[in-house]
Amino acid sequence: MSETIMPYLTLGAILFCIGLYGALTKRNAVLVLLSIELMLNAVNLNLVAFSKLGVLPSVKGQLFSLFNIAVAAAEVAVGIAILIALFRHKGTVNADEMNMLKK
Amino acid sequence: MESFSQMAWLVPLFPLLAFLLLVAVGRQWKESSAYVGIVATLASFILSVLVFAERIGGQADNYTWNRLEWLKIGDVSFGMGFEINNLNALMLVVVSLVSLLVNVYSKGYMHGDERISVFFSYVALFTFAMLGLVISENMLELYIFWELVGLGSFLLIGFWYYKPEAKAAAKKAFVMTRIGDVGLFIAILLLFWHMPNHSLDFASIHNAFAEKHIAGATATWIALLIFVGAIGKSGQFPLHTWLPDAMEGPTPISALIHAATMVAAGVYLVARTFDIFQASQAALDTVAYVGAFTAIFAATIGTAQNDIKRVLAYSTVSQLGYMMMALGVSATVTAGIFHLFTHAFFKALLFLAAGSVIHAVHTQNIHEMGGLGGKMKTTAWTFAVGALALSGIPPFAGFWSKDAILAETYHSGRWGLFIVGLIAAFFTAFYMARLFFLVFAGKPRTDVRAHESPAVMTVPLVILAVFSVITGFVQTPFNGWFGDWLTQNAGAEAHEGGAVVMIVSTLVGLFGIWLGYMIYVKNRISREIISSNAPWLYRLVYRKYYVDEAYGAVVVRPLKKIGDGLNLFDVYIVDGIVRLCAALVAWLGRLGARLQNGQMQTYGVVMVFGLVLLTLLLVGRRFIDVG
Repeated sequence: MSETIMPYLTLGAILFCIGLYGALTKRNAVLVLLSIELMLNAVNLNLVAFSKLGVLPSVKGQLFSLFNIAVAAAEVAVGIAILIALFRHKGTVNADEMNMLKK
Repeated sequence: MESFSQMAWLVPLFPLLAFLLLVAVGRQWKESSAYVGIVATLASFILSVLVFAERIGGQADNYTWNRLEWLKIGDVSFGMGFEINNLNALMLVVVSLVSLLVNVYSKGYMHGDERISVFFSYVALFTFAMLGLVISENMLELYIFWELVGLGSFLLIGFWYYKPEAKAAAKKAFVMTRIGDVGLFIAILLLFWHMPNHSLDFASIHNAFAEKHIAGATATWIALLIFVGAIGKSGQFPLHTWLPDAMEGPTPISALIHAATMVAAGVYLVARTFDIFQASQAALDTVAYVGAFTAIFAATIGTAQNDIKRVLAYSTVSQLGYMMMALGVSATVTAGIFHLFTHAFFKALLFLAAGSVIHAVHTQNIHEMGGLGGKMKTTAWTFAVGALALSGIPPFAGFWSKDAILAETYHSGRWGLFIVGLIAAFFTAFYMARLFFLVFAGKPRTDVRAHESPAVMTVPLVILAVFSVITGFVQTPFNGWFGDWLTQNAGAEAHEGGAVVMIVSTLVGLFGIWLGYMIYVKNRISREIISSNAPWLYRLVYRKYYVDEAYGAVVVRPLKKIGDGLNLFDVYIVDGIVRLCAALVAWLGRLGARLQNGQMQTYGVVMVFGLVLLTLLLVGRRFIDVG
């Protein structure tokens, strides 16, 4: 077994951190949404890596990642729809101005 | 066989029923509330007279009923019940009769008052409590009723609560008597502690002290503390100051509570527990000296007061002092209770007559009255009867009872007390003469059109005037019936040489009246003879020896200072801690509110921060040895 799991996990962690950073810092809501996708894909990468190289390799991991991709697609669709509705309502996609949870 | 003594427990219940009835529905009845009070006290009076008649007949033994268990602590149980003996029966008649007459009189006096039904309900409550006090069977029961009469007195002094003076007087009466009540309560605790079986009923107390189970210092302490209670209730020096102030209440109340009945409760208490006092010569001496001092002290103040009711109030204080002195010097309670008995009638008469005058002229200042004798004939002559009785002029009742006291003092061989008694008698006669002549003689000083009071007010006056004459004859130096009956022949003794005392006391009284006549009618002696020659003396007496001021300086003001200090502690320390807690919580809240700004990204940062912290903790634990 020359292949090790570490590079995959490292890549996943880097992707996740970039996504997290983007989700927490970007002003533009579309970019926030994109960053979340990045985090989801980091998770997918981990799932696939574990299904192939983990302690108990199993194809279920890949199944889950496919499932995840489907759900992420739906999530993006809903997220974009909400963003458009918000843009129509408030005329902006700036995340700073979306503080209606306060009320 | 059924006897009336067995039914005596009903006597206080009639006024209690009247009280409950008036409290429940009296508001609608307005003026007719008076009839409820009158009927209830009439029922009490009739039953009291029947009980009394039975006692006079002499067949009835003392009757005690105490089977009602009120409180049980361990093996000790406190009962409620009632006891009828000759002293109780006498008090029942006095209280119910005066109460009945005051109720009748009040119907006229309080006519038109907004809260007339409240007034009669209070009077009924007081009458209930006083009658209950009189027939109480043990000390604890007596104490309960003792406090209840205090409550009745408080409510009635403050009846016109919209007058600030009345409110202050009510509070003062309550607080001052409370000082005495604490003494009485400690005495009861001591009795409870030392009595065999912890029993507090009067029969056991009598036995315990007669057989000297309790003697020496303990007996002295118990007796003195009981006397402290009596000092508070009966307005003896130094707790007398509440009684003259209590005159802010309606005049019938002054007659009923602050002349005839409640203030006499202190004297009654000493007489009731006389066995305890007899166990201690020191206590008896204290009673005698305090009584004598109060008698002369209050009598001198009475000579300089200008308010008709205050003169009478100081006279009451002084006469109560006489009764105490009598109890202190004699071997039996006869003289003291005899004076209580006669005093109840003529002092109630004087107060009611004064009320009739006030009712007519709407002032209490005797210098604004004058010449009322012609317009208010019934009031004038009944007042004269009362005044003569109080001054100790034969053949009025006060002469015989005062003579009995002076004779007791004379025979006890205490010349100091005898002389004090005589001087007090002189002052009494003088201020009564001053009062009578200023109010009823001479020319009117203001143009108030005075008129005689209605019959509902004058009839009680006449009845009381009759009693003020005849009641004296039950006990004269030639006829010791009253004493024999009251003490049930326990310690009856005939006094020789009473004639000297009689003549001296009559002469003293006549001299006082003559002096008053010379000053206030004939103007032979200037009225300002004292106030111009010795103004300090006049001011001293007029300001009541500055007792109130002294209490203000010694007790009230330091207490206020301490109170202010404690108030500062409360404001700055206690409240400060509370405010600090509140500020801390508010500050935390504001911090939380700032975090909650509605931006998901901030929330995310906090979450990530928390996650990192948790992870660091979990990971870092491996490197730190936590044991």
